[in-house]
Amino acid sequence: MAEHKHKLEIFRGRLKFKSNVQKIWGVLIFLSIVTAVEVALGILKPPVLLNYFLGIKILNWIFIIMTIIKAYYITWDFMHVRDEKPFLKNTIVVPLLILIPFLLFILLWEGSYIFEIMFDGLKAWDFDIY
Amino acid sequence: MQASTLTKTKQKTWGGGGVKPLDAAYGKLMMWFFIVSDALTFSGFLVAYGFSRFKNIDSWPIADEVFTHFPFLHGVDAPMYYVALMTFILIFSSVTMVLAVDAGHNNNKSRVAFYMLLTIIGGAVFVGSQAWEWKNFIKGEYGAVEIQNGDILQFYNLEDGKRIPIDEFYISSTQERITHDDNVGIWYQSEAQLPEITLNEVMAGFNNDQNLTVRLEKLDESGHKIILSRQEAEIKLASATRVVKGANLIRNEYGNPLFADFFFFITGFHGFHVFSGVILNIIVFINVLLGTYEKRGHYDMVEKVGLYWHFVDLVWVFVFTFFYLV
Repeated sequence: MAEHKHKLEIFRGRLKFKSNVQKIWGVLIFLSIVTAVEVALGILKPPVLLNYFLGIKILNWIFIIMTIIKAYYITWDFMHVRDEKPFLKNTIVVPLLILIPFLLFILLWEGSYIFEIMFDGLKAWDFDIY
Repeated sequence: MQASTLTKTKQKTWGGGGVKPLDAAYGKLMMWFFIVSDALTFSGFLVAYGFSRFKNIDSWPIADEVFTHFPFLHGVDAPMYYVALMTFILIFSSVTMVLAVDAGHNNNKSRVAFYMLLTIIGGAVFVGSQAWEWKNFIKGEYGAVEIQNGDILQFYNLEDGKRIPIDEFYISSTQERITHDDNVGIWYQSEAQLPEITLNEVMAGFNNDQNLTVRLEKLDESGHKIILSRQEAEIKLASATRVVKGANLIRNEYGNPLFADFFFFITGFHGFHVFSGVILNIIVFINVLLGTYEKRGHYDMVEKVGLYWHFVDLVWVFVFTFFYLV
């Protein structure tokens, strides 16, 4: 149990750390910066980013991408997936990579379909009195 | 029977029999399988939230208006700051956990114990913060009125262009009204606790102040809630059925009931994960102090619990994005 080798570089080798502990703090700083940017964007809400792209606001795309980046560094560096065998990496990641987008696609598509039906269908759904 | 489990584990690897497929310990591999399945459970919940949101895309509550509290800052509008702080606390407790795992690799008992303690404290602070969020969410701030079709109308002051809480404009009446309990009359009929402010009092206050109007659940093109004119508001309020303050599983003052349902369910399920994570951490912490892992020769248990703890952090990152930011 003595030899625990850690890969000590992040950002595809652009940033190298001397020890595992140093890498952990480095990743923490990176994750904190990402979270801070997210919160700042969420509060400022720059008008340029409120336009829609593929049905979702650009701002929301940025949030989603940043979340996935954060998820990557949490799993790869905190959960040591970076140090695992490629086969184990794939065993963990591939099922999620297949199933989650599949689920997302089906349910979000269905959700917006139901919205359209309720919005301009022939039947009244709103029983408000006027 | 002097043979303890400690000596047994030393001689024989539990499960796996010394063979390490994928170069990972048996328990660690099983923890990974659990995490993958739990990740799918959580993605199921979050996608269901997305489904309901896409279904009600033109009337979903705006999270910035719901989560505006910060401890010790009363009446200050601080959207998301506290949740961001909670996120940071959880990420930080994740870091102390990795440091504990790292210290475990070096067989440094006192450092493992120290970092485990920090992790437990971070987890406890997070669960406490979540309880506080729930308290604010359940208690509500502004109050609203539900109309006949189930929509929520929120009160809005045209004078200063801000929302106004119902307890700032209602006119109290001294009407005597007793809650109907099931020990009087028919045994299966009872009613919930009466609201502190009745609908009549709110309506009296509304009619008294001509500057007041209401906001609909519906959003306009730019994503703001539609504010009605005074005349339209009077027509809408004619069908008001009850005062809604705070949130429960049936109705809430923020808008769509599903919003509160998903909030309670997803953050509750996540909070339960954090809670069980803290319990596991405490068990491992005690074992570290007792020297169980030192005798065993390795701190694999810290690593396994650590994986679970990071996973809880990972889920929160997604909950934070989809509940509070997007």
